[in-house]
Amino acid sequence: MRPLLLASSLITALTLTACGSVTREIAIETPLRPKLDVTRFQRVLVAGFLSGGTDEVDGNAETVRLLRSQLRNRSELRVIDADPLPLLELSGEKPVAGEKFAIKDEKGLEPREQIFADADYWKRVGEEYQNPLIVTGTILFTPHQRSGYVQREEEVYDSFGRRRVVPVRSFQERKGYILKPKFIFIDGRTGATIYSETFREEVLYNANQSTAALSTYFELMERLMPSFLSTLSSQKIKGARVLLQ
Amino acid sequence: MTIVAAFPLMTRYLAVLGFATTLLTAAPAVADARDDARRQVQFGIEVAGRGLWREAIYRWERAIEIDPSYAEAFNNLGVAYEHEGDLEKARQAYEKAVKLAPSDASIRQNYELFKEVNDRAPTPARQ
Repeated sequence: MRPLLLASSLITALTLTACGSVTREIAIETPLRPKLDVTRFQRVLVAGFLSGGTDEVDGNAETVRLLRSQLRNRSELRVIDADPLPLLELSGEKPVAGEKFAIKDEKGLEPREQIFADADYWKRVGEEYQNPLIVTGTILFTPHQRSGYVQREEEVYDSFGRRRVVPVRSFQERKGYILKPKFIFIDGRTGATIYSETFREEVLYNANQSTAALSTYFELMERLMPSFLSTLSSQKIKGARVLLQ
Repeated sequence: MTIVAAFPLMTRYLAVLGFATTLLTAAPAVADARDDARRQVQFGIEVAGRGLWREAIYRWERAIEIDPSYAEAFNNLGVAYEHEGDLEKARQAYEKAVKLAPSDASIRQNYELFKEVNDRAPTPARQ
């Protein structure tokens, strides 16, 4: 096993390429500075999100929980524990008691996004929590379906029993979700937005496949988490390159 | 009237002889320089493999001083600067390597991978 591990190590032995030059694969780690200078903050408040789309996932609560957990493990900032702000109610008409109020799409979110520009409001929130960096924004998690031709590989055997793999195109109904979060970073001392970034991730499954909305939500958040974290903390990107002689 | 003017054939002969002598004496010097550059590159690869990237950078910079057309040395410098997080210098080194050896697949692959990393940087090196 050990020789096998050694052989598959990123730092491989010297090899000769077809053109004759000597090459050596080597592992590298590229350090990237954070997108945002957060050295003036000691604490971070993941305040809450305006969420919309499917009602199968509570985008506000789940995103707050996920980001706090990630920031606790992957950033230098102290994460403040507090109830998520009910931004949906604070940003516009309140839901009628007993009725479920939901934002279905971006058009529904747009008028309510003005709350992020309300510096006085965010300054008050900041004062309440000793001027932290505030993370807020919007989360749109919508069901999505698309039909079309999908290419897959299929094994075929000829008359001599020889196996071949051939590409096969077939028409498929597929369904899935689109996750479109917008993360807004607010200076808790001034209430001003200092940075914002929008992401978009989508996934499609075979229409016959049953996948829980919540697990899909986590799958898509997982994809964009490195980009979110790189806003606040430095990162090292691992890779392999070829040295030449 | 000088002797040279009096013997034009001899003048040409002397000129050709002089040029040939220069070539013969210069060729080993060029070969020595190239060998020296190769030794610097080889040593750089050895130390980079042991994680001594600053020493490797020094060696590869020496190599391109000796031989400014050494595409492989520029490629290695690109890798080293990338590892050090100096993306602007890495970009310049890779671009020079690609320019010197446009058909080298390894150099192109390194450069493409670098561009992916560079795009994720807060202030990407200009491309």
